[in-house]
Amino acid sequence: MAIEKILKDDASEEKGEMARMASFVGAIAISDLVKTTLGPKGMDKILQSTGRGREVTVTNDGATILKSLPIDNPAAKVLIDISKVQDDEVGDGTTSVVVLAGELLREAEKLVAAKIHPMTIISGYRMAAECARNALLQRVVDNKGNAEKFKSDLMKIAMTTLSSKILSQDKEHFAQLAVDAVMRLKGSTNLEAIQIIKKPGGSLKDSFLDEGFILDKKIGLGQPKRIENAKILVANTAMDTDKVKIYGARVRVDSMSKVAEIEGAEKEKMREKVQKIIAHGINCFVNRQLIYNFPEELFADAGILAIEHADFDGIERLALVTGGEIASTFDNPESVKLGHCKLIEEIMIGEDKLIHFSGVAMGQACTIVLRGASHHVLDEAERSLHDALCVLSQTVNDTRVLLGGGWPEMVMAKEVDELARKTPGKKSHAIEAFSRALLAIPTIIADNAGLDSADLVAQLRAEHHKEGCNAGIDVISGSVGNMADLGISESFKVKQAVLLSATEAAEMILRVDEIITCAPRKREDRM
Amino acid sequence: MALAFDEFGRPFIIIKEQEQKTRLRGIEAQKANISAGKAVARILRTSLGPKGMDKILQSPDADVTITNDGATILEQMDVDNQIAKLMVELSRSQDYEIGDGTTGVVVMAGALLEQAEWLLERGIHPIRIAEGYEMASRIAVEHLERIARTFDFGPTNIEPLVQTCMTTLSSKIVNRCKRLFAEISVKAVLSVADLERKDVNLDLIKVEGKVGGKLEDTELIYGITVDKDMSHPQMPKQIEDAKIAILTCPFEPPKPKTKHKVEIDTVEKFQTLRLQEQKYFDDMVQKCKDVGATLVICQWGFDDEANHLLMHHNLPAVRWVGGVELELIAIATGGRIVPRFQELTPEKLGRAGLVREKSFGTTKDKMLYIEHCANSRAVTIFIRGGNKMVIEETKRSIHDALCVARNLIRNNSIVYGGGSAEISCSIAVEAAADKYPGVEQYAIRAFADALDSVPMALAENSGLQPIETLSAVKSQQIKDNNPYFGIDCNDVGTNDMREQNVFETLIGKQQQILLATQVVKMILKIDDVISPSDY
Repeated sequence: MAIEKILKDDASEEKGEMARMASFVGAIAISDLVKTTLGPKGMDKILQSTGRGREVTVTNDGATILKSLPIDNPAAKVLIDISKVQDDEVGDGTTSVVVLAGELLREAEKLVAAKIHPMTIISGYRMAAECARNALLQRVVDNKGNAEKFKSDLMKIAMTTLSSKILSQDKEHFAQLAVDAVMRLKGSTNLEAIQIIKKPGGSLKDSFLDEGFILDKKIGLGQPKRIENAKILVANTAMDTDKVKIYGARVRVDSMSKVAEIEGAEKEKMREKVQKIIAHGINCFVNRQLIYNFPEELFADAGILAIEHADFDGIERLALVTGGEIASTFDNPESVKLGHCKLIEEIMIGEDKLIHFSGVAMGQACTIVLRGASHHVLDEAERSLHDALCVLSQTVNDTRVLLGGGWPEMVMAKEVDELARKTPGKKSHAIEAFSRALLAIPTIIADNAGLDSADLVAQLRAEHHKEGCNAGIDVISGSVGNMADLGISESFKVKQAVLLSATEAAEMILRVDEIITCAPRKREDRM
Repeated sequence: MALAFDEFGRPFIIIKEQEQKTRLRGIEAQKANISAGKAVARILRTSLGPKGMDKILQSPDADVTITNDGATILEQMDVDNQIAKLMVELSRSQDYEIGDGTTGVVVMAGALLEQAEWLLERGIHPIRIAEGYEMASRIAVEHLERIARTFDFGPTNIEPLVQTCMTTLSSKIVNRCKRLFAEISVKAVLSVADLERKDVNLDLIKVEGKVGGKLEDTELIYGITVDKDMSHPQMPKQIEDAKIAILTCPFEPPKPKTKHKVEIDTVEKFQTLRLQEQKYFDDMVQKCKDVGATLVICQWGFDDEANHLLMHHNLPAVRWVGGVELELIAIATGGRIVPRFQELTPEKLGRAGLVREKSFGTTKDKMLYIEHCANSRAVTIFIRGGNKMVIEETKRSIHDALCVARNLIRNNSIVYGGGSAEISCSIAVEAAADKYPGVEQYAIRAFADALDSVPMALAENSGLQPIETLSAVKSQQIKDNNPYFGIDCNDVGTNDMREQNVFETLIGKQQQILLATQVVKMILKIDDVISPSDY
């Protein structure tokens, strides 16, 4: 008797070895894909969208690459997911986490082939991950107490992060930008307060940090172009026609003259509103919604600068910067907090006119203006800067710092190796495999830089056998160097997140022994 | 297809479009059904126990779920076969009733079907098999009652409960920090439990997850979290001793349900209407302020103007809070949900010691914590984890643990796990079989064999020699007359489940046996399957 089919027609089922192989192959393929972007000499990828316009993105940011890939393999999706989470949570290390997870799986595959049960591998990996984390914890440097040193730590971290990106040419410049911007946040992790404006033209070197706030808007016609000691009212209110909000209200008239009367009343209403706004004693009015011609004219008459249609983020940021509140009613001028700034003026960047608020009350927010040759360069620069900012803001909260350049991996690998020797049973194979997977990271960094990885990693291992060694791969000179002297640092938080998420993802994929795919939902063909 | 003919040789048409249907009858039908049931059980078999494997399930929209929870696997499996659907139902009803053991029940049913197939081949009538199974299940359930132990715990002594939850969690992905999760689950259940009435309302426990962080960051919050932030970015982020007005009416001008029109035909009317509108907003905010509220939680949206007025009157507000959350907040803070502004009174306000907004990670994710509530019965388990799938799986695991803790509070009898209860039942059933005259005896023996399949699967999944291990444990149980020997899945070195602290609830186990028997009986009684043939 044939075994009954129990699943629906198009649904498929993969079992045991097949399922495991499918997930290994998928995950390893993904990790191979982003592998070449790792490290300071990593290469970029061109991504072309299938949508209209065939937009092109050039990037070496792991999360961006993976986000844009259409993937069908479920295991690959797990890896993409961890890289996304890494991006959201700490902002950097998106490539490393995928590569490490891939290496862990590659090692696991060999163990499975050697007839070691996946559960044994998992428990070995867990022990190894815990041990690796402790090894890192022992070697962290915390310069929390020393502001001067901490700042130089931040600078080093920013440079290390940026060195693998397009900005590496001017990494000092950008590292300075990023550190300055993050220091202004004073410990908050709200990166919203840092605004990045991209303007094509000029070169990357021309990018600058502006202490004030730049709004990408134009000043209304006939209104002052420059205001000193501005009092700003930030508002979110309709400045077109203020419609009656009572439900079901509608206007019905029986003659033209009545229409005119109502229109007059409407105008009067708007005029009143404008008068109320002016009564706040302001000389600058920023609204989230549109300002129509009529009120704009009124504002111009009163000599007030009116800026319309600042988007919601812009408004919030502006309120944050100037210390005003976002107002929607205007009946009590005395109790509304107004924003202040020393100078509002129109400035030119490239060919565009922007409004610049300087000398603001609260120094939290700032604007970074990026300049560059093309949109692609700017987009990539923004992503790189975003990574650096994320890492820095996380480091401000968790001030523990490690050395970079493959140093943490070597330290972990050494400790894990020692653990493997002490552990009895089959687990020790898995622990050993973990240490091999960790070693793969410096190997890949060296390979990507076109160096002799086997030789370098062997040298590193030997170096690390000494106590308190700071050796890592110096990609520039192509040899083993002292990371502390070279000033290559990484944030502990990022490394820890990489280690834990990668282990978790590898564990998840290892535990699977069956894949059941449902029939894809039928879609209407719209072609 | 068998056709009946009348005296002139014309076929009777009994079933509509008879020629297009395929039909299976008699032993064929039973065998087909059994093989379908077995196929489902085979899928779940490898997920059983602490070393059970996970399955990847890809939904029709290509979303990926990774789980080893039996109920979830079957739910998402896109099953087409009728009998397979019965098995899905079986695991679901175990999930609803007990919440745990969803895999075990299916494996048990599969084993029973397998045994039934052999008996059918030997020519035993399916009904006799069904009856034999019924008798055997009664014996097993009674035996379970005999070997069950009650154990004492109280609000101060939660250790036994924690141990039981740890057994449940050890088969899930969270077993790295099962201690933490078990403690969280037990504390959560105890804080909502009514120990007098022995009842637990699990609705009061909200399980929330947010991607990021690690599993160890999961926490139990004595209060509610809401995935919302303050309606105005400049409202205070922390409120102490909050008095909360819980509203289900929007901060907008009223919309009468009857259809109406407000006609504006003169300038005066236009102006009065405008003033009235402004008054509405003022009134609403003023009413909230007058009753002494320091926080407004509203199910609906706010008008921009109302929002600013609230901000202006220093009255923080949260908007677009879902109905379920609103109810939970009302329960937790002891407030009343107020549908109209006119009905706001100081007594209807909820109270909370601390309301704060917390942000996560580098993105602008914010959540609202409402803590130290007047009625601390509602709690939230807030899960953090590496990725979406881990969190979903953790949620399911926590659900299982919560159910186990609840069952123990309802009925504090336990049996020992690790297959020991099944082995012990199997011995008892085997022994009882000889007392029954008639063909049922065979079915009862088959039942005993089927009971062995659970510990066998456990041993298999743990990488042990299944037959060898099982027979060793069985002989040990008989020799020492001790029903607590089970399979040593975690390689601890002892077979005594009391030392390993592996428990399961008595009702959970009994339910598993009863449900599995019922479904198998149902399947055995089917002797005719009519299905439309393939197009």
